[in-house]
Amino acid sequence: MYEHLETAPNRDNLKRVVVDPVSRVEGHGKVSLLLDENNKVQQARLHIVEFRGFERFIQGRPYWELPVLVQRLCGICPVSHHLAAAKAIDQLVGVDPENLPVSADKLRRLLHFGQVLQSHALHFFHLSSPDLLFGFESDIGKRNIIAVLADYPDIGVQGVKMRKYGQEVIRMVSGKRVHGTGAIAGGMNKALSKEERDYLLADIDQIIQWAVDSVALIKKVHCANLPYYDDFATIRSNYLGLVKPDGALELYHGGIRAKNAAGGTITDHFDYCRYNDLIHEEVRSWTYMKFPYLLSLGKEEGWYRVGPLARVNNCDYINTPLAEAARMEFKAHSPEAMVHSTLAFHWARLIELLHCAESIKGLLHDADLLGGELVAHGEKRYEGIGVIEAPRGTLFHHYQVDENDIVTKANLIVSTTSNNMGMNESVRQVAAEYLSGRELTEPLLNNLEVAIRAYDPCLSCATHAVGKMPLQLELIDAGGALIDKLVKHGNGDIERV
Amino acid sequence: MTKTITLDGKTIPFEDGQTIMQAATAAGVYIPHLCHHPEFTPHGSCKLCTVKVNGRNCSACTFPAAEGQDVLNNTKELTDDRKKITQMLFVEGNHFCPSCEKSGNCQLQAVAYHLNMLDDHFPLFYPHREVDASHPDVLIDHNRCIFCTLCVRASREHDGKDVFAIAGRGINKHLIVNSISGHLKDTNLDKNDQAAHVCPTGAILIKRTGYQVPIGQRLYDHQQIDEISLASSGSRPDEALLTFMDEGNADDCREQSRPPSLAVVSEQHHGE
Repeated sequence: MYEHLETAPNRDNLKRVVVDPVSRVEGHGKVSLLLDENNKVQQARLHIVEFRGFERFIQGRPYWELPVLVQRLCGICPVSHHLAAAKAIDQLVGVDPENLPVSADKLRRLLHFGQVLQSHALHFFHLSSPDLLFGFESDIGKRNIIAVLADYPDIGVQGVKMRKYGQEVIRMVSGKRVHGTGAIAGGMNKALSKEERDYLLADIDQIIQWAVDSVALIKKVHCANLPYYDDFATIRSNYLGLVKPDGALELYHGGIRAKNAAGGTITDHFDYCRYNDLIHEEVRSWTYMKFPYLLSLGKEEGWYRVGPLARVNNCDYINTPLAEAARMEFKAHSPEAMVHSTLAFHWARLIELLHCAESIKGLLHDADLLGGELVAHGEKRYEGIGVIEAPRGTLFHHYQVDENDIVTKANLIVSTTSNNMGMNESVRQVAAEYLSGRELTEPLLNNLEVAIRAYDPCLSCATHAVGKMPLQLELIDAGGALIDKLVKHGNGDIERV
Repeated sequence: MTKTITLDGKTIPFEDGQTIMQAATAAGVYIPHLCHHPEFTPHGSCKLCTVKVNGRNCSACTFPAAEGQDVLNNTKELTDDRKKITQMLFVEGNHFCPSCEKSGNCQLQAVAYHLNMLDDHFPLFYPHREVDASHPDVLIDHNRCIFCTLCVRASREHDGKDVFAIAGRGINKHLIVNSISGHLKDTNLDKNDQAAHVCPTGAILIKRTGYQVPIGQRLYDHQQIDEISLASSGSRPDEALLTFMDEGNADDCREQSRPPSLAVVSEQHHGE
C-alpha cells in the first residue's frame, strides 16, 4: 500500500526530519522522514535502534534459569516471557501442555490474565489516553497521565487502580509485582492460599465494572470520530494469533490461526512447535528489528499483524459474556469481515482487558487454584518451544539444551517484531496522508507517534519511557543546511534553537 | 569461676578453647561471617568477622577468647569495613541476583542487606568464569564462588572425600575439583554430600531444584541473617533447609514456612 515510501528513489537533496525517540512507548525507536522541496514525504521509516542480545547471553546457562532470567527482557510484560519460557522448559522435562497438572495450568492462566490486564490498563490509560482524550495535536503539556488525572480524575484513577489490581494478581501468584518466580519446569512452585484468593476476590467486581466502563469509553471516542478513526494509520493486513480448539479467543495456549485481510483462513490450529515451517524473518539494513512473514505468502505479501486487534479479529467468539457482547459491537461497527483500523487496536485491547477481568473472577472461584498436584515430570528432551499470546501479540521462545542441561541455542520472536511491517506501513500512511505537504510542527509530528502507540510496541521489550525522554526535530533544506530545530528537554520544556 | 570478655562494653562468658565467634554466638551476639561454619575448622579467610581486640584487628572465627579482652564488634568503623569487603566480593565475581536461583536463600546477599550495602561502589571486574554442569546432579557456577573454602572443608572433614580445593593465588585464585579431567563429573562427589549443600552463595547448586521455594517462603524473605544465624546457634540454616527439601519434603517445608499474612508478603522487598 505504502511500501513505495520505504526507500525514496532518489535521496539526494531531500530534507530529513527525525522524531527521536518516539515517546510513550516501551523502549527506544525513532522515525525518520525525507521530504522534497514541497514538503511532500518521499520516505518514512520506523527504526528500532536498540540491540539486546538475550538470545546470545542465555547460552551457557542452565535451562531452569530461563523463565526468571529471560523475563528481565521487559518490565511491563515479564510474565509473558516468564510463561513462554516456562512452556518451553516444560518440554525439556518431558511435560507437554496437556500433561501439565490442572492446578498449575490454572495458576499460570490466572498469572497471565493479571499480566494482560495490567499491561493493557497501563497502555491505554497511562500512555495513550492523553492522545485520545485531548486530541492528537493537543498542547504537549496535556499529553500525559497527570493531565488526564487532572481533567478526567475518575477515568485516570480507574486506570491506575485497574493496573494495580493486575499487579496484585501477579504478586499473589508469583511473589512480586514485577519479576517474581512462579512457573518452574513442569508446573508451578506454589498454589494460591485462601487468604490470597479472598484478597483478590474482594475487588474483582469493581474491576469488571471499570473494565465495562472502559470499553464504553473507547467505543464512544472511536465512534464519535468516524470516519477519521477508521482511516487514520489504517492498513489492510493479514492477522495472526493463537485460538482455542473451538476458535475462541485464547491468551495462554492454543493453535496458530492466520487470516488474510478479507477474513479468509490462511492457516488454522497450526501446531506452534512447527512455527519455523510457518514463519520466517527478514533482516533489513536500517533497523535492528526483523520483519517476520508467512512463508506460504512470501516476503511481499506475507507480513501480518498480531496483538489485540489480530486476536479479536481472528477469534470466533470470546468465552466470557461481557467481553463477547463487546466483541460483537466491535465487529458490527465495521462493514468488513476484518476490522483494519489501527486505532481500533485500543478498542480491541480494552475488550481483552474486560475478558481478563471476567476470567480472573471465574478462576478465583475455582478450587483447583488452592492446591492439588503442582508439578509434573517426564523424560528429558533436548528442545523446547513455548508460545503464548503476550499483551502485544504472539510471543515465541525456542531453546535447545545439551546433555548437561545447558542452553546451547535460543530463538525469541517477540510480539512487537511481528508488528514491525504494520507499524512501518502505518507510519508511512500517516506521513503520506496527513503530513505530506504541510509545514511540520511538534503537534503534527505527534500523529506519527499516535500511529505507533496504537500497536503498544515494546521496542526494547525492557525500557519504559513516559514523556520524560528528550526529543529533537531538525529541518534541513535541500542544500543540507539546518533551517529549523525544535528541542524538547528532559523537563518537558520545548525550545526552538 | 566463669571467665569473661567484654564485647561492645558488655561482659560475656566464654569457655577455654572457644573463639570469640563461638563465645559471641553463645551470648546471642551476631558477628557477620561467610567462611565460618561451626562444624568445620575455622579458616579466617573472608575477613568479614573482623573485630577489634584490645585495639587490634582480628578474625573472630579464629581468634581464641581470653581473659581481659576488650572486643569491639558493632561499630561504624567495622561495619563500614565489612561493607567494603562485601562489595569487593560482589565486584570480583559475577553476582546477578535478579536471576540467580540462590536469591533469597543466599548468605552473601543476606549479609549485604544486613550491612546496608546499597551499591557495588567498586568497578565490576566482569571476570570470565565457566559453568561446570558436567555432573548429573550438581552444578558449579564459578561466577559466584567467593573462595570461602567451605566446600573444601566439608568434603574433607565431613564427607571424607577431598573433592574440592583452591588453586592459584591472588586474583588468579580459583576453585578446582579433584579429577584428572578437571570436570566435576569425574570426581566422587555425590549430591547428598555436605559439600554439595554448604555453599553460602549460588556457586554450588543441586541441579533442577532452582526457584522451587516461592518468594515469601525463602530463608531470608522475612528475617535478616543475624536473627536466623543466632536462632540456629550459628549453624547454617540454609544448608539445613536445602538438605531437607532435597529429601523430598519440599511441600511440607513450604507449608511450615508459609507467611502468616498477606501483609507480611507485601512487605518483603529485600531480595530479588
